[in-house]
Amino acid sequence: MPYIPNTDADRKEMLEAADCKSIAELWQKAQIRTAPPALEHIPAGMSEYEVTRHLSSLASQNAIHLVNFVGSGYYDHLIPAAVGTMVGRSEFYTAYTPYQPEASQGTLQAIYEYQSAICRLTSMPMSNASLYDGGTALFEAIMMAVRITNRRQAVISGAVSPIFREMIKCYSSNLDIELVVVPVNASKTDSSQDALVEAVSDKTACVIVQYPNVFGTVEEWSETVEKVHAKKAIAVCSAYPIALAMLKTPGEMGFDIVTGEGQSLGIPLSFGGPYLGFMAVREKLVRKMPGRIVGRTVDLDGKPGFVLTLQAREQHIRREHAMSNICSNESLCALTALAYLTCIGKEGLLQVGNLCAAKANFARDLLLQIKGIEPVGEKAFFNEFVIKLPGDSSEIVGKMIDKGFAAGFPLGRYYHDRKNQLLVAVTEKRTREEIKAFANAMEAVLWS
Amino acid sequence: MKRYTKEHEWVEIKGTEAYIGVTAFAAKELGDITFVEMQPEGTDLIIGDVLGTIESVKAASDVYSPISGTVAAINTDLEEEPGIINNSPEEKGWVCKLDNIDLVELDELMTKEQYDKYLKETSTPSKK
Amino acid sequence: MELIYSKGKSGRHGSSLPKLDVPDANSIPDSLKRKKAAQMPEVSELEAVRHFTLLSRKNMGIDSTFYPLGSCTMKYNPKVNEKIAAMPGFADLHPLLPQLRRGGALTQGALAVIYETERMLSELLGFSQTTMQPLAGAHGELTGVMLIAAYHKAHGDKKRKIMLIPDAAHGTNPASAAMAGFDTVTIPSDPDGNVDLDALKKELNENVAGIMLTCPNTLGMFDKNVKEICDLVHKAGALAYCDGANFNAIIGRLRPGDIGFDVMHVNLHKTFSTPHGAGGPGSGPVGVCEKLVPYLPVSCVVKRSDGTYALEYHHKESIGYIAPFYGNFGIILRAYAYLLVLGREGIVKVSENAVLNANYIRVKLLPYYDQQYPGYCMHECVFSATRQTEKGVHALDIAKALIDRGIHPPTIYFPLIVKEAIMIEPTETESKEDIDKFIQVMIDIAKLADSNPDAITVCPLTTPVKRLDETQAARKLDLASLE
Repeated sequence: MPYIPNTDADRKEMLEAADCKSIAELWQKAQIRTAPPALEHIPAGMSEYEVTRHLSSLASQNAIHLVNFVGSGYYDHLIPAAVGTMVGRSEFYTAYTPYQPEASQGTLQAIYEYQSAICRLTSMPMSNASLYDGGTALFEAIMMAVRITNRRQAVISGAVSPIFREMIKCYSSNLDIELVVVPVNASKTDSSQDALVEAVSDKTACVIVQYPNVFGTVEEWSETVEKVHAKKAIAVCSAYPIALAMLKTPGEMGFDIVTGEGQSLGIPLSFGGPYLGFMAVREKLVRKMPGRIVGRTVDLDGKPGFVLTLQAREQHIRREHAMSNICSNESLCALTALAYLTCIGKEGLLQVGNLCAAKANFARDLLLQIKGIEPVGEKAFFNEFVIKLPGDSSEIVGKMIDKGFAAGFPLGRYYHDRKNQLLVAVTEKRTREEIKAFANAMEAVLWS
Repeated sequence: MKRYTKEHEWVEIKGTEAYIGVTAFAAKELGDITFVEMQPEGTDLIIGDVLGTIESVKAASDVYSPISGTVAAINTDLEEEPGIINNSPEEKGWVCKLDNIDLVELDELMTKEQYDKYLKETSTPSKK
Repeated sequence: MELIYSKGKSGRHGSSLPKLDVPDANSIPDSLKRKKAAQMPEVSELEAVRHFTLLSRKNMGIDSTFYPLGSCTMKYNPKVNEKIAAMPGFADLHPLLPQLRRGGALTQGALAVIYETERMLSELLGFSQTTMQPLAGAHGELTGVMLIAAYHKAHGDKKRKIMLIPDAAHGTNPASAAMAGFDTVTIPSDPDGNVDLDALKKELNENVAGIMLTCPNTLGMFDKNVKEICDLVHKAGALAYCDGANFNAIIGRLRPGDIGFDVMHVNLHKTFSTPHGAGGPGSGPVGVCEKLVPYLPVSCVVKRSDGTYALEYHHKESIGYIAPFYGNFGIILRAYAYLLVLGREGIVKVSENAVLNANYIRVKLLPYYDQQYPGYCMHECVFSATRQTEKGVHALDIAKALIDRGIHPPTIYFPLIVKEAIMIEPTETESKEDIDKFIQVMIDIAKLADSNPDAITVCPLTTPVKRLDETQAARKLDLASLE
């Protein structure tokens, strides 16, 4: 039997030791007394080769030949080949949570280095060891703000990812937490910062924004953050980490909690997961932060080493009073992010940022030359932007698929007043030729 | 005058103020204390309200107010050196003091002798 | 070992990126650019790879050592699963593709994997349907109790705000219940380690929403009253949640849905062989009985009459979106491959051998270690280091001594109701020879603890670091190397 080494002789010997004549008797003695189920719908076992062939065939039914311009928070970035090798060491992926620090210094140091990378990227002083994904991280930020302020309302910009907002709504539904979404004007792509500030009251625990926002627009937040602070609320920013290669950081703009989806840091798209939620906070908030945290300390001989720390926040100690129910983190994804940032390096990260922004700029210019396509929003963007098409963008995207392009995300799916708008993402993977072919295909779909 | 609670807090009256802390037994049970967080000055409390939290490496324990009153001061030395509670739980390791107190409330609490007896009756072998 | 940030040299870079083939222009004004480049490592590719290789050698993993970490089911992670998860047809697939018009037809293979895994899990658990969305075990717990909350809400039963949780439960249970808005009430264990039925009856009333029961329980035992507990809970109008962390003990042998549970999570990273990844990513699908189906999270993968697969979003009573997409697809994929390889006849062998191995260890170690709750166990056995404690040797010391002897320690100090707990879960993937070696090491340690306790309390001596100062770590926080 694959993966089960006991032979019949082994089983006989072990059963005897346990004073049982048969497996059936062992089940009896262990209090399992019902008849075994039939399991009619479970197929008979297959060989490794057959399973591989079956799954190759399923994989081939998935379209990865499309030239991808879909982002919406999940991006098709390059992943250096070495990343897989580095994280694929079985001492990492077949280990569990570093409960025994002396036997887990590899994982612990790597997570410490990951925390350092997140801090350096966001200009924040402290990070946790990761959370499930960007959406759950944002919800955890709200809960954190509720604990800190003793207030129970979150003011959320309508320019925060609708996917994240749906998740937050779901998680808040049984808790006495009020969510106030500040809508955005359909002809614009900014976050209506004045309206956001206006919505903050003495009931507000936190203000939630996204950077760049869901439309790809990059905004200056410093003044708004100050105003939020003046009203004694917490300022939370959900950031796109690759954009931080180039952009003024959330830390520089004064945010208190920075979260985000870390998929873009070397983690494959993999049809929705596993991904990586990151969270970094100001020093004074760290004891209210959820999730595992690794700290540096010394051993009995004074030699530096790493441990899980501030565990008194966590569920195994504080149970129903814990900062969160999260048990582990997304360690291997955090390690992947570290491996990615290590391979890409300081200079490479700058290059990736520059390539993304330049190619997106080039793509937007080309698209706007097409008759009937109009710009939406005037402001700065990193690698994603909104254009308005002369028809329902969802239908046009359908036609573009036939031409071999995943043309972008039709915003009408989440914003009913943006039916003709398309959100287009461009990463460093897209070549000049692909971008030109994309624009040509778009023109053909619209006008021929 | 000093009194004790079943939750292992002590309260000592000095003039019109009540100093509050955790007992030597509690400090030992918690182990090395790493962090202390108390309600801010000016907070009004009634008996049994959570006064704050004490954390060690492996535990987090709420401190309940043994009597009613208003937080007059918190022991700011503990911010830098929470270990004071381990070294001097019933003196330098006081966590906060209350004013606006009512001495009648102390009648419900235990004397030193009563507390020691209570410890003996309830004590189980301490966990590591 | 040096941090990666102190390796390499300013100006060195190892990455190989495409050239800029468009004009070097962008729309970001200088005022919105970061002042200083993020100080990432500046190393060559070789330096990067070597750093990670060196770090990995400071770890213990299943592939290098026996890893009997109780309640975590550290079974072998088959390599074919990794190969499959890395297939570009899966790894490079954008999750928003099926949400584009005509995109659904282009993700049929991926949707088939989710659907077929869901069907197999529902069959194994004895439930009507399973959501594949929860991203981890604790996330599954949260989803499960949110489903219970939604059920009572839909039935106008707004008073039901209490979740009952046995004292032996994992800390995630009360924490998950709290995140779903419940107040928790603890139910004590009886002298056999089972739920105290009288205590349970006393707490059951019209305010109780449900109970969260780990089955088999956290002592690694099957509570013989579990059916009666479910019946009592149902009679009180509440629902029974099964924490399936220990499903490896019964997979293929007993279906929790058949004995009265209404909802349950399983951990794909335990029972279904997907890697633990040094602490995630996991996956925690949740199975439900018929009456909870309407509340399942969206989206759901359905199979149409023409044999194609589609995503459904519009379920009026659904609790909504608990994950951004369809769950941790890469993990689901591995579990699917694992189930296909084992098949119907292999799955039964998993629990049989897991339970046999654990009982074998139990009887062999019984002369040397105390058991607070004796009797036949399921897939793991729990000892107490109480006898050793008399000599000053604690469970923690035994754990460290095992590390020195090349074995990853069992879980210690859990469950909390056991003094000095040592929880051993060998899993079905260990050979009898390796199990015998482990038993011998445990016996040697017990003897040494008796004759020369100092030789145990001084451990570990062979590791890259000795015991670490956790108090200093918590008092003087050093969580990151900043620039």
